[in-house]
Amino acid sequence: MKAIEFKNVSFSYGSGTFALKNIDFAVEEGEFVAVLGHNGSGKSTLARLSNGLLEADGGEVCVFGLPVSERKNLFEIRKNVGIVFQNPDNQMVASIVEDDIAFGAENIGVPREEIGERISFALGAVGMEEYRHATPTRLSGGQKQRIAIAGVLAIRPKVMILDESTAMLDPRGRREVMQVVSRLNKEEGMTVVLITHFMEEALMADRAVVMNRGAIVMEGAPAEIFERHEELETYNLALPRIGYICNRLREGGMAVEDTLDVNKLAEEIAQCVSKRNI
Amino acid sequence: MRIKAEHLSYVYNASSPFATHALNDISLTIEEGEFFGILGHTGSGKSTFVQHLNGLLRVPSSLKKYKPKKLKKGETPPPPTVLQVGAFDLTDKKTDFRELRSRVGMVFQYPEYQLFAETVAQDVAFGLKNFSKEKLTDEAVEKAVRAALEVVGLSYDELKDTSPFDLSGGQKRRVAIAGVIVTRPDVLVLDEPAAGLDPLGKREIMQLLHRLHEEWCKTVVIVSHDMDEIAENCTRAAVFSEGTVKFVLPPSELFRHSEELIALGLDIPLTAKLCLALEKRGVTVDCDFTTEDFIRRTLALNA
Repeated sequence: MKAIEFKNVSFSYGSGTFALKNIDFAVEEGEFVAVLGHNGSGKSTLARLSNGLLEADGGEVCVFGLPVSERKNLFEIRKNVGIVFQNPDNQMVASIVEDDIAFGAENIGVPREEIGERISFALGAVGMEEYRHATPTRLSGGQKQRIAIAGVLAIRPKVMILDESTAMLDPRGRREVMQVVSRLNKEEGMTVVLITHFMEEALMADRAVVMNRGAIVMEGAPAEIFERHEELETYNLALPRIGYICNRLREGGMAVEDTLDVNKLAEEIAQCVSKRNI
Repeated sequence: MRIKAEHLSYVYNASSPFATHALNDISLTIEEGEFFGILGHTGSGKSTFVQHLNGLLRVPSSLKKYKPKKLKKGETPPPPTVLQVGAFDLTDKKTDFRELRSRVGMVFQYPEYQLFAETVAQDVAFGLKNFSKEKLTDEAVEKAVRAALEVVGLSYDELKDTSPFDLSGGQKRRVAIAGVIVTRPDVLVLDEPAAGLDPLGKREIMQLLHRLHEEWCKTVVIVSHDMDEIAENCTRAAVFSEGTVKFVLPPSELFRHSEELIALGLDIPLTAKLCLALEKRGVTVDCDFTTEDFIRRTLALNA
């Protein structure tokens, strides 16, 4: 079953240029897809079209077969597709963590008794049980973002879209969030769409798509995409630093293969060097 | 301007149940002309430190209401706090903090959220007019704003009447930086200048900072989580942890302490990770931890 399907979708913010142009894109249920692209490439527009925050100007967006363009479907669709945004501070609505998480669930009319259970489930899923009665403003960025994720989880969506949700976090916060997301996908079967410009995060996905000027320009397994580095650079996406080092070493006559793993590269360098010394 | 801090401490919410010691008796000197890095994870005290540099946070003795504590008999007085930025003594009540702020520019995290004026030109001019002691002529304002926009790589003529909210993310950040450097500060402090930008945007901002460092502000201090950024760009870096300064070293020496940095919960640059992994395999790459030097020296081993 296709969780999200874009059929020939176009969208414009009204300035004459298209933010998205003739996009065909689908996410299977249970899949983990990374969407890469430089700022302004149309990634966030894609996210906002997926649950009806924006409406397509042309073509059709379907979520589990339901067209987003029909108003009567919107309620059902938003129950199924949750979005976590970039800035943790903009996503907190209550002064106590558990109230904040309950907000979305209350909104969709979950019975009172069940909300308590859902809060426990959501906090457990992001590893923040002990912060149930804490004040969001006293949490770190990574913790706040995990609370934002918990708020989405309390709605029990089938799909979670993360729109650069780690961009404002420090490395530790970023790791925390990515661990939670990866676990939800692997263990709970949650469909994940991860919008990011951290290449390292995209590596955790099953599939990656690259966007440029409102179009999907590359698609494939993340490792495969990173091997096409010259092409990536034309879309203003820098290769992860390690890929750049592999390249330069090879240009300098050292027989190393492309890899994104530090230990593997070290192993290859060590082999090359030891061969020289024999 | 040289920045010198000795025995500097700071407590948030002092004498309340939420009291937190953000800085514990730190000493740190940043020389004029440095491109200085400050690192440490969230809550390590690095922001608290940099906010002292232009008087956003104050040493208690510089406040009007401050009265020195009376010592009990036999009690030794605590070592005196020193905090100097150039000729400004930040522990002194008589210091002109307004003048200090125009000499020490502060660019906060996500400065684009602080844009507010109707046009780019007005936004950039705001700080300039605010700090000026006498009323500036329109020509003088235009000249300064034009120069500031140009040094950050934007065209005054194209953008002066545009709303800052119609710009792209990268452009907004440049306008915000222009609004700070327009007073020609001697020291420019930036908190996470490249955060949230895509790889190309990051590269452009770092290039901009180097340009500013060469032509505009003598001393640049950046707060960053990105170790690669520190390794590639800084003359020296200070590592903050739990309100103290653990190391102050040039990157080429700092990342020789990789294992200690990891123990502090910090990342290390990719080059340092590779050096560590190679070390375990009996290969020593003696580099200064910039990517270029790592590549050069690794290739030299192969030659």
